Amino acid sequence: MTTTVPAVGTELPPLRVEPITRATLALFAGASGDHVPLHIDIDVARAAGLSDVFAHGMLSMAYLGRLLTGWVPQHRIRSYRVRFAAITPVHARPVCAGRVTSVENGLATLELAVTLADGTITLTGEAVIDLR
Amino acid sequence: MPIDPEAAKALRFAPLTVDIERGRLRFFAKATGQTDPIYHDLDAARQAGHPDLPVPPTFFFGLDLEGPDALRYLRELDVDMARVLHGEQSFVYHSLAHAGETLTVRPRIVEVFAKRGGALEFLVKRNEITRAGEPVAEATMTLVVRNPGAGG
Repeated sequence: MTTTVPAVGTELPPLRVEPITRATLALFAGASGDHVPLHIDIDVARAAGLSDVFAHGMLSMAYLGRLLTGWVPQHRIRSYRVRFAAITPVHARPVCAGRVTSVENGLATLELAVTLADGTITLTGEAVIDLR
Repeated sequence: MPIDPEAAKALRFAPLTVDIERGRLRFFAKATGQTDPIYHDLDAARQAGHPDLPVPPTFFFGLDLEGPDALRYLRELDVDMARVLHGEQSFVYHSLAHAGETLTVRPRIVEVFAKRGGALEFLVKRNEITRAGEPVAEATMTLVVRNPGAGG
């Protein structure tokens, strides 16, 4: 947990997530309440023209959330937003990264990204952390 | 048929009351690989100053999916789920929530707009989350609806 004011450019220790399995997606569907079948039922995915199920975007956002709460106590997170840029396939190994882009008036802004092993950026985002 | 922004913004959602359960938060921690004990171990949470297990930052997303017909608004707007992508998600936080609390979720459609001549429509839904009238968080979801036949 950080206690000092971070410098602009500070990089958070990256969070490397275990490969996403079909079991991960089944558990996340139940735990998150998102039962959209495209993520858990290959028959539905194929009927929609896809070759396979793919991970919930919110699963990657939850991983990035772990990066944040591993860095500061959760109550310091003021806001957190992401854009879903690409689909995360089954077996992907997401890496979550964050970097401080500004520190102003006791608030640090972080630039966030989730990247897969092949270089695909699946999420980009931003969080504002209260340092006071 | 494009989504009518005025009809969408006028849609009424019944407020939803959700009990935050310890077991469910432990399940969420397991499903997301969360190893920080404050998210699954009550003693660890209390030692860190929490009254109970804290609700993690993105758990709020699913609160209104607990309702009996959570995706009714998409049907009412004649949006086919198979054409919908989750484009963006944001949260603004006011106070931490914990297991044992009862939260109220008030969803509404706040914005509808189109790009590329209607080939892509964006539906922005905001859930206001409160505890006994006090603000806890706002969760804002942007859905992208693909209309391959429209625009260019």
